[in-house]
Amino acid sequence: MIRLQNIEKVYRTSTVETLALSSINLDIAKGEFLSIMGPSGCGKSTLLNIMGLLDAPSKGDIKIDNQKTDHLSDKQLAAFRNKKLGFIFQSYHLINDLQVLDNVELPLLYRDSTAKERKMLATEALEKVGLANRVKHFPNQLSGGQKQRVAIARAIVGRPEIILADEPTGNLDSAMGSEILDILLQLNQKDGTTIVMVTHDENMAHKTHRLVRLFDGSQVQ
Amino acid sequence: MLKNYFKIAIAVLRRRKFFTFISLFGISFTLTILLVLTAFIDKVVGDNYPDRKRDRSLYIARLEEVGKGNMSSGAPSYYFLDHFARNLKTPAKMAICSGFNGTNTYINNKKIAVNYKYTDAVYWDIMEYDFVEGKAFDKKQVENAEKVAVISEDMKNEYFGDVPSVIGKYIEADNVKYRVTGVVKNIPITSYMTYSDIYLPYTVSKSDYKDKGYRGGYTAILLANSKDDLPKMHDEYDQMVQRIPMESKDFNKIYSHADKYIAAYVDTGNENQSGVVLVLTIISVFVFLFMLLPTLNLVNINITRIMERSSEIGVRKAFGASSKTLVYQFIVENIILTLLGGLAGLFLSIVAIYIINSANLIPNLELSVNFTVLFIGLLVCLFFGLLSGVYPAWRMSKLDVVTALKAQ
Ligand SMILES: Nc1ncnc2c1ncn2[C@@H]1O[C@H](COP(=O)(O)OP(=O)(O)OP(=O)(O)O)[C@@H](O)[C@H]1O
Ligand SMILES: [Mg+2]
Repeated sequence: MIRLQNIEKVYRTSTVETLALSSINLDIAKGEFLSIMGPSGCGKSTLLNIMGLLDAPSKGDIKIDNQKTDHLSDKQLAAFRNKKLGFIFQSYHLINDLQVLDNVELPLLYRDSTAKERKMLATEALEKVGLANRVKHFPNQLSGGQKQRVAIARAIVGRPEIILADEPTGNLDSAMGSEILDILLQLNQKDGTTIVMVTHDENMAHKTHRLVRLFDGSQVQ
Repeated sequence: MLKNYFKIAIAVLRRRKFFTFISLFGISFTLTILLVLTAFIDKVVGDNYPDRKRDRSLYIARLEEVGKGNMSSGAPSYYFLDHFARNLKTPAKMAICSGFNGTNTYINNKKIAVNYKYTDAVYWDIMEYDFVEGKAFDKKQVENAEKVAVISEDMKNEYFGDVPSVIGKYIEADNVKYRVTGVVKNIPITSYMTYSDIYLPYTVSKSDYKDKGYRGGYTAILLANSKDDLPKMHDEYDQMVQRIPMESKDFNKIYSHADKYIAAYVDTGNENQSGVVLVLTIISVFVFLFMLLPTLNLVNINITRIMERSSEIGVRKAFGASSKTLVYQFIVENIILTLLGGLAGLFLSIVAIYIINSANLIPNLELSVNFTVLFIGLLVCLFFGLLSGVYPAWRMSKLDVVTALKAQ
């Protein structure tokens, strides 16, 4: 599903060059649930952003669904992300000005859909994460766990084949964290969604199919 | 899609009440001033009572004589207009009148200020005053220097009080009694070429119409047979001015033109320093600066507003919005904001104009919001919206997703 070949990422500022990733080779199968672990600053987020086409590698190739992605324009990349990928962030990144339902509908705004369809799909997604009764709330009226569940609903509403989650439980206590993990595990098992998750929690990582460890930008396991 | 833009625009505006207030206040306040100003200009130069034949008239209102170290500028004299302009071939009719001058009169020992104006008989022919009663003085009365007068409605009420008719009664000004022949509808003072309280035959003025100097206090109104004759009439007068002998050795050049109403309104006579260009420049610069400030303010607010929303920008991009779509969204949002400001501005203008009218700041000047002004207002709003939205939106679209998501 996702194939990374010889990925290298260098950040250049006027004074220093940081090698954030070097010679990463990774094959992620369809329906796989993969965890990425490693100490802070080792390049986990960078790797995930590159997989999500949010950032371009300095060297190397990415194929998603057997499709090369390096030649896509801004517009094509946007459409590609919209169709294939769903993102979950550590700090939720919900739009505070919008109600829960509108937040969840967001990915559907960028594809052909009617208001009715959007509402239906968003409600369905919220039901899956157990928040059907909070549609009219604003994000700041929700707990952290609830916010993350809204974010998951937003990530799955467009039925993407891949979900990329960067420390989805990083801001939550362990009870709420395992709730979130349960939702992700279910998505993976029931819908066959491919999931890549960055985490700091060994226990969580062991519940997934495979664990990749990074150290200083390189793959160690 | 538009509905969603509207939703988020309103949501953002509601949450940032202070910013919204500042931007809306800036837009609506500026717009109000512009609208009241245009309503005012529109009324002052656009209202054509009583000179309804304005579009086929030219006005000689200014004369400038220039010599070495000498300059004399102002209205021409009766003698000058009668002696030279009278010989023009193109005008179908020519009227000569003075500007209005102030004097005092007494009613029951109470002093009141009155403005009087001298005219010939043709003046009443060219102008279409609405007579409340009676009629104008005629050619014969002017030739005989009869002491007759046409007065305004306000003058009638002030001098005679609430009486049904004043025709044949006498009104006193400067210790001379004039018999009233007609009463005309009021004119605001801003229509200064036709405004007065009392109109008198020029022949009753003590001496000044006989004075042979070129400069005086008179204006000529040249009426052409049709609009098409105006350029010809204008040129004929220009050529005539070239041939006019100098009044004295002090001068070696005379400038004077027969201009259209709006040009005559601001003319200085000398095209080397044309009043029209000057006034238009001043007004444009003023309007431009006036609009620039709130626009810059809006640009600034918008940049802050958009940068504060970098998380939203990142999320939208991650979930499939292209840079172009986002630029479009922010511009639409901004236009919604400015249109709201525009609506508030229109509402304020209507209130302001109502207050100006009912406070009667300038007697007999009734301002109104007309459709031209409304249209200008809406255009100005859209202009604001685009101007203040495009740059911030462009800046925002340059933001890459990862940076946008990190900034928090
Ligand atoms: N925009 C950037 N410019 C320069 N250096 C960067 C930039 N983004 C990341 N880095 C550097 O790249 C390296 C990897 O960063 P990254 O965010 O991927 O780490 P991480 O593994 O996600 O860490 P954490 O667990 O703290 O989230 C770090 O050394 C970081 O300083
Ligand atoms: Mg990270």
